[in-house]
Amino acid sequence: MQDKLCALDEAIAEHLPSGSSVVMGACLEAAIPFAATYEIIRQGITGLEAIAPISDASCDMLIGAGCVNRVTGAWVGNVSGGLGHNYRRAFENRDEAAVKLRDHSNFSIGMALMAGAYGMPYAPMRSILGSDIIKSNPEFLEAENPFSDAKEPVILVPPLIPDVTILVVPRADAHGNNHFWGSRGVAQEAALAAEKVIVLAEEIVAPEVIASDPSRVLVPGYRVDAVCHVPAGGHPSPMTGTWRRDSDFFNDYHKRSRTVEGFAEWLDEWVFGVADHAAYRAKLGAGLGDLKITGQALAAPVNYAAV
Amino acid sequence: MADYSIQELMIIAAAREIADGELVFVGMRLPITAYGVARLTHAPNAVGLFECGIARYAPATEMLYTMGDPPNQLNAAWSDGLVPVMSQLQRGRVDAGFIGGAEVDRYGNVNTSYVGDFTKPQVKLPGSGGAADIAAMSKRLLVIINHEKRRLVEKVDYVTSPGYLSGGEARKAAGLSGGPSAVITDRGILRPYGPDNELHLASIHQGHSVEEVIENTGWDLQVLPTMDETPPPSDKELAALHEIDKDGFWH
Repeated sequence: MQDKLCALDEAIAEHLPSGSSVVMGACLEAAIPFAATYEIIRQGITGLEAIAPISDASCDMLIGAGCVNRVTGAWVGNVSGGLGHNYRRAFENRDEAAVKLRDHSNFSIGMALMAGAYGMPYAPMRSILGSDIIKSNPEFLEAENPFSDAKEPVILVPPLIPDVTILVVPRADAHGNNHFWGSRGVAQEAALAAEKVIVLAEEIVAPEVIASDPSRVLVPGYRVDAVCHVPAGGHPSPMTGTWRRDSDFFNDYHKRSRTVEGFAEWLDEWVFGVADHAAYRAKLGAGLGDLKITGQALAAPVNYAAV
Repeated sequence: MADYSIQELMIIAAAREIADGELVFVGMRLPITAYGVARLTHAPNAVGLFECGIARYAPATEMLYTMGDPPNQLNAAWSDGLVPVMSQLQRGRVDAGFIGGAEVDRYGNVNTSYVGDFTKPQVKLPGSGGAADIAAMSKRLLVIINHEKRRLVEKVDYVTSPGYLSGGEARKAAGLSGGPSAVITDRGILRPYGPDNELHLASIHQGHSVEEVIENTGWDLQVLPTMDETPPPSDKELAALHEIDKDGFWH
């Protein structure tokens, strides 16, 4: 199999040209590829469409840095602080919003990515009936269930086919095969729907490790375009078995991004002021070590023997 | 007055809305604590669901900042994807769901998206998350909100999460069953009543008056004939709460 290991800056430069649509934060509040968020900002990529159900502060950072002009999402803000200041500034006190928003609910974005992943022309659903989401996002179509005797309204959701999905996983091999455990949100649908997949792995392991437990594979290597070894690539978001959430970091970001100037200073300190993610980890220093999960709660082994 | 805070009373009032054996979308902060209290008191067989893809029996024992945090994964009943877990809403399996909001109106519609016209909002709020799905598809919707005139409004600017829409049969006409069954505030509990399904004052918390509650509501709030004081927390309920909230975060 092809070796897909590369540096994060190379993966972003090669696979994420300006104007792409990109899923980041597919697991909701966990395993958000913040390392990629920072690299996108550093490279000055623009005109992106950010797609995610809930991407915590990642989307707010990309909007504030001018990388994103379209958002397809269910929730954008800062989970610790509530509102996202850059997100608000993109909409409030302006003649025209700085980003174009396609409103979704968590489930409708799951349905849209599922339709994309499974090659469905659309997905029928009901759980955004009655919501103004179907008014502010005119892409949803109201229809009648053709299989129901009684009149039954349904919403038809068009498929989402992102250009790129970026994932954070606890371990992967050099071919991009990877393991993930813990709740995965819409990560699998997003990866299967996307044209390209970039994987940020906490650890690069031998192919035998991944092959030993195929049921734990999030997305097989043949669907992955690049795999990058980025320890703590999801910081400040948590990941099962590896990192706790750095809530202080989110709170600090929330406080400082309250003003445009404060956000610019934050960017200078944490994005432009560090050359790459290794320098970012070094800057976090001992504080990062305190977030590392050191305990063990191992699952029982499973047997795949064939005879 | 027994030694409890208004938040503790709200948590316990929320816990009482969960029946034993029910499947409940829990959410963070106050509702997850309420779920824990319900499990330890009258609902030991309730099951909690989380949008990121988790089902749990016993709530996590460590502090959670988000539902995806590692303590919520440890010993979960199920840790999977958003679609399989949230699909249980559409399947009609979910008994109750908790949501919060910036605004709720007289028919229990909740706004967490836009203040003002959505094409030119005064305030852009974070959006639905899973709230629209939970509101549309749970058998009973439970809303938790601070009781202020600017939050309990005549009509929300934007229906993120549907309550009874324009009242009466409007929700049914939109293709939805269920609907809000309680709005729990820091002053009292509102419930839908009558053919209009308009929210009425069902109980007031100790130390608050009907006049004060009406004054802090953005519509001409009607009072149920059966309106009474919210029963104060029992010793058992408070003991359960203290067992969960060891650091006294809510006290």
